Amino acid sequence: MNKRIDKTGIKIGMWLFLYSEIILFGGLFVLYAAYFYKYPEFFSEGGKELNRVIGTVNTIVLLVSSFTVAASITAIQRKAKKQAVLFLIFSILCGVVFLVNKYFEWGAKFHHDIYPNSETLNSGEVGLNIFFGLYYIITGLHGLHVIIGMILLSISLVFVLAGKVNESRFSMLENSGLYWHLVDLIWIFVFPLFYLVL
Amino acid sequence: MDSQENHHILSYTKLGFILGLLLVLTGITVAVSYVDIGFFNVPLALGIACTKVTFVLLYFMHLKYEGPIVNLSFIGTISFLIIMIGFTFWDVAFR
Amino acid sequence: MIKTESFYDTPAPAGLTGIKAWLFTHDHKRLSLMYMWAILFWFVIAMIFGLLLRTELMSQGKTIMGPEMYNSLFTLHGVIMIFLFVIPAIPAIFGNFFLPIQLGTDDVFFPRLNLFSWYLYMFGGVFALISLFSGDGFPDTGWTFYVPFSVEANSNVSVTVMAAFILGMSSMLTGLNFITTFHRMRDKRMGLMQIPLFTWSLYATAWVQILATPVISITLVLVVVERLFSIGLFDPDKGGDPILYQHLFWMYSHPAVYIMILPGMGVISEIIPVFSRKSIFGYKAIVWSSMAIAVAGSLVWAHHMYTSGMSDVSVFVFSLLTFLVAIPSAVKVFSWIATMHRGSIEMTPPLLLALIFIYLFSIGGLTGLVLGAVGPDIHVHDTHFVVSHFHFVMFGGTGFAFFAALHFWWPKMFGIMYEFKKAYIGAALTGIGFLFHYVPMFILGLQGMPRRYYDYLPKYETGNFLAGFGGYLLCIGILIMFVNLFMSFKKRVPAPPDPWGATTLEWTISSPPPVHNFIEKPRIMEYPYDFSEVARRVEKAEK
Repeated sequence: MNKRIDKTGIKIGMWLFLYSEIILFGGLFVLYAAYFYKYPEFFSEGGKELNRVIGTVNTIVLLVSSFTVAASITAIQRKAKKQAVLFLIFSILCGVVFLVNKYFEWGAKFHHDIYPNSETLNSGEVGLNIFFGLYYIITGLHGLHVIIGMILLSISLVFVLAGKVNESRFSMLENSGLYWHLVDLIWIFVFPLFYLVL
Repeated sequence: MDSQENHHILSYTKLGFILGLLLVLTGITVAVSYVDIGFFNVPLALGIACTKVTFVLLYFMHLKYEGPIVNLSFIGTISFLIIMIGFTFWDVAFR
Repeated sequence: MIKTESFYDTPAPAGLTGIKAWLFTHDHKRLSLMYMWAILFWFVIAMIFGLLLRTELMSQGKTIMGPEMYNSLFTLHGVIMIFLFVIPAIPAIFGNFFLPIQLGTDDVFFPRLNLFSWYLYMFGGVFALISLFSGDGFPDTGWTFYVPFSVEANSNVSVTVMAAFILGMSSMLTGLNFITTFHRMRDKRMGLMQIPLFTWSLYATAWVQILATPVISITLVLVVVERLFSIGLFDPDKGGDPILYQHLFWMYSHPAVYIMILPGMGVISEIIPVFSRKSIFGYKAIVWSSMAIAVAGSLVWAHHMYTSGMSDVSVFVFSLLTFLVAIPSAVKVFSWIATMHRGSIEMTPPLLLALIFIYLFSIGGLTGLVLGAVGPDIHVHDTHFVVSHFHFVMFGGTGFAFFAALHFWWPKMFGIMYEFKKAYIGAALTGIGFLFHYVPMFILGLQGMPRRYYDYLPKYETGNFLAGFGGYLLCIGILIMFVNLFMSFKKRVPAPPDPWGATTLEWTISSPPPVHNFIEKPRIMEYPYDFSEVARRVEKAEK
């Protein structure tokens, strides 16, 4: 079947998939909302134990990477293949930086005996246990999505290099970009909810 | 190329401007978190987050230039999300 | 008449042969059949489990099995029926086959994604099988996997829950495909208000599939996470709230019942006009009520939780909203009956099954009001009243719609006709057996018999015995229907393109259809249920 490629249709399909991801995280935000209502002081206390600087850096890193991903699409549309490639590489590196930061953050917490079912959390205030439980689940699931996003961007990068993604055919890049922006969107909420609720 | 698939190209300047806005908002929300304004800290932080998210959606994700199917369904999704959280509060807030 | 090459002879993509022409197919029609065999397999398995359960309950104390097996069996019965049969059946089989055709196009928007959805379904089924035979045995938590039991139990909860997760992904992707196809591949001359009602029902369902399924996905992930890491999100000792699990669980599982019933209602909306030789009454009302059911159905989940310990305010709010959901469903029942009124009724097996649907679904819906009202619900919650209610709507409703769809579209899908007489006998016996099986359960529930109980007080024995007897009748009826359908393969009575006198596009192409569906451009009618031409044809034939 020789069909013209329906870019709008592909985009609609991608948005539908994004909706499912939004609701997936939404379920976790339901839990956060309910427990924040129940344990406000402990969420505040827990937030103070998170590193605001790293959190802010991570936020900036993701925001910039969203910019570079969007810019790579502009570049491809303008037939500036080299720029597109550079923007994409930068975006993927931002993802690496984010994950490295996360690794150090989690590592530090583990070192202080703050992890699921740890002695400290089990014997301490239950509100704190819930705060950190949600912290690990939400940032963990988010981190998994960062990895998936990086994989999608990498595939797009390969396609751009190979010329398979070009100015007249860039749905793959566009949709990978949408996924990456979603990852950014989720973090924009995660950041204040965990780091700034003080 | 299909004319109806005319793809709106966002210039680097415009994208950069949006990024600038996002970074400023981030700065504001971090700064405010160092100040204790009691009850308003959380709504303000969430409000700023919603604003940032709106900019990412409208410009980086191109939602401003999409058709009614995407726009309406996006609103529908967020509505469902609000119901998910909101209706749970009928329980949680009145125990 | 030139015999058109059917999709059975033409693989897509071209060049594939043998089993590869099926396992790597992009053709929505082949995928539909692949789903059908798998889904029928799981249906039969789950039905046998159900029959075993009811046999056990026919007498007090141990009849054929011990309590642990009983608990695992009702969990299995629920998990398989819900995730492997009722939710996928009509969309995956009949939706896949007929949605593109009804829209006048040659396939779904993402054919390879469609193939992937099938593999996910099969993979989920395999996981379910693994969970049966591995580890510490199949869970006995009930298909609802309530915490704390699901988190603490030693059985194979994680594997089972992962099976459900994978099956959810299959469901979501099917919904994604249908919505995109609906919007982007419809014949250009077919406006929204010219789309057949079956396709509309699938569209409404698809939105629920996409938006609600992720909630169960994350809920199941949380069960596994809690089992592995003991965070305590639902554990009161650690600050958690078990009721929040129930909120998250029912946030999907209530909309899920609308995923189950909406396509069934779509089938009925197709069948009734055809065999009344009359245009459907209230086409627009049915379209709007389908969308309304999808929306309203997502507002009422906590009516499963009145006795859970949640706040009185939420009990009140959710009860009020539950009454609202009944309204769009009633609109449909009214429309179907009004369609038949002063129509020219022709009895056929699909019509008989559709009529039984209307009867059983109405009873199911009305008893839902009893449950939705808080006062009575306190009395019947978690009793056999609930079991009967949901079997009336899911089985009397969707189940019978599934049988009706099979009998309606069988000639189109396979190009052969089945025997009517045996179909009538099977359908009638199924209906009668159904009533014998489930009506006693309403009474038992009102009398206080709890659900999911292995044993019971002496006063419940008669009811349970009657129910068991009805269960056997029911299964024999279903057996007769299926054997009759399968015998049609032996006799091979060829079916014409339009054996019924119907008006939607699938009846304008050959039985079975060619691989790209339409050889010549489809004729889009101004109104999808215009029977004037059919009436003329019938008149001519009678002269």
